[in-house]
Amino acid sequence: MDDLTIRLGVQELIGEYAERIDEDRLEEWPDLFADPCRYLVISRSNHEAGMRQGVMYAATRGMLLDRVFSIRRANLFEPHRYRHVIGPIRVKSVNGNTAVVHSHFIVARIMHDGVTTLFATGRYLDRIDISATPYRFSERIVVLDSDKIDTLLAIPL
Amino acid sequence: MSQSGLTAEHGVPWPSNGISEIPFRVYTDQEQYRREQERLFKGPTWNYLCLTVELTKPGDFVATTVGETAVIVVRDADGAINAFVNRCVHRGNLLCLERQGNVREFGCIYHGWIYNLTGQLTGVAFEHGVQRQGGMPPEFRKEEHKLQRLRVAVLGGLVFGTFSDVTPDLETFLGPDVTRGLLRVMNRTPHVLGRNTQVMPNNWKLYFENVKDTYHASILHLFLTTFRINRLTMPGGIFINQDGGNHYSFAKLDYQAEDQEYKNAGLRSESEFRLRDNSVVESVDEYGDGVSVQILTVFPGMVLQQVRNTIAVRVIRPRGVDKTELEWIHLGFDTDDEAMTERRLRQGNLIGPAGYIAMEDGCIGGFVQRALQYNDDGAGLVMMGGHEAESQPFRASEAAIRGFWKHYRALMGD
Repeated sequence: MDDLTIRLGVQELIGEYAERIDEDRLEEWPDLFADPCRYLVISRSNHEAGMRQGVMYAATRGMLLDRVFSIRRANLFEPHRYRHVIGPIRVKSVNGNTAVVHSHFIVARIMHDGVTTLFATGRYLDRIDISATPYRFSERIVVLDSDKIDTLLAIPL
Repeated sequence: MSQSGLTAEHGVPWPSNGISEIPFRVYTDQEQYRREQERLFKGPTWNYLCLTVELTKPGDFVATTVGETAVIVVRDADGAINAFVNRCVHRGNLLCLERQGNVREFGCIYHGWIYNLTGQLTGVAFEHGVQRQGGMPPEFRKEEHKLQRLRVAVLGGLVFGTFSDVTPDLETFLGPDVTRGLLRVMNRTPHVLGRNTQVMPNNWKLYFENVKDTYHASILHLFLTTFRINRLTMPGGIFINQDGGNHYSFAKLDYQAEDQEYKNAGLRSESEFRLRDNSVVESVDEYGDGVSVQILTVFPGMVLQQVRNTIAVRVIRPRGVDKTELEWIHLGFDTDDEAMTERRLRQGNLIGPAGYIAMEDGCIGGFVQRALQYNDDGAGLVMMGGHEAESQPFRASEAAIRGFWKHYRALMGD
């Protein structure tokens, strides 16, 4: 597989990820992951200290589906959306069926009453399964620049 | 409500001498907030500082806060743990800007004043002037200057500090029940699995009350009922100490029956009201007593939780009358194998800023605060389970919240 094909497939996956979250198509979000997988939202200070507990963690697609169902049916919070802006996508290495990909993001949070704030910034550290198209995340670590989360984190980042 | 008698010397007036009607202005009044810093956080109370395992070697330090006040905790060369206010005696500058580390001494970056690990001033830059000009006056003695000390006490690997000389010793302060509850959870050597800070748009007391509120759990947090978890929970109870401010509530679970139910559920057809992956709640009875939830509070700002196999210290840090930072310190123990660590991490989805049974607590205080905006006359009701603050063998009660106000009113003198 040539380099450009991989880059296009990776870019498509990462773009699709943001679109499914931001356009409130959360039910389709878990499909972007392999099963089992690793999805972890963690602060940079925890991550750099080698600590493993973040704020959101899934090890299977089932856990991702449960997260979506819980947000939709169980958890109570004020309605809001995100807008992801993804920076340049860097394919760091390709080993067999796995591409290691880094990108960075900012996420704005738009509350139902229109109040918009900068909610999170950070990096995506991805391991992407490129053995079949469309590509899927075998691992996505969302490394948040800050330790602080305003109010709560309901929708995945 | 009459506002007569309200002066800078008096706090928000109360409708009665009781503890089951809470004037809303205690959550909005700036002067009340200032008095709380003096009388509660700097008063005769024990405040969580750090873990002993964060201070293993001489010179290991942690910079933290007690209420709004910046504090340094450090292990000295003799192995003792000292705590003092993070403020240079010279011009009041913050001595220590890092959160954690190891030092031989503390030096102020502003004018180079130096303190040893007991907080004693040991060095003053240009103390004798430059070329015999300037310098400190002859009556100045370094020995007479030290950083303001806090008394320190350790229990179950947790380090506490108090500003007051009259605070009773820690175990007396906690009372025998809460001491027992703390030592039950902290029965091994802990390590930190991770930390998060949740910034909440509400007065700190609204969060502390929420933690003590055993009434709201199954009403506000719908995750467990939606997914039909915890149906095998058995009744628990509430222990409240004499002063009222410290408590723990607990509930038991038939772990074996629940485990069997998950196994059986796996054989049945998929229901949308079942978790696709049960590992977020699959628990072991690590304390061997069947208790699956124990929420413990230490007045005025610490929570120690066991929710199944998640263990966490939560520290409530007031940051203004309508802003609170809540730090979650997630713990594991030295006896954990990889399976236990993974279990704690998966169950970690239950708690914290994104917790299935916790995220609502991050916003509910903000909703109350918004409702009270320029609308803070009158008083809220805290009468479930009576008007007193006594230990109770059931949890559909607001007794622990009343306990908070009992201790609060005693220390605030209102």
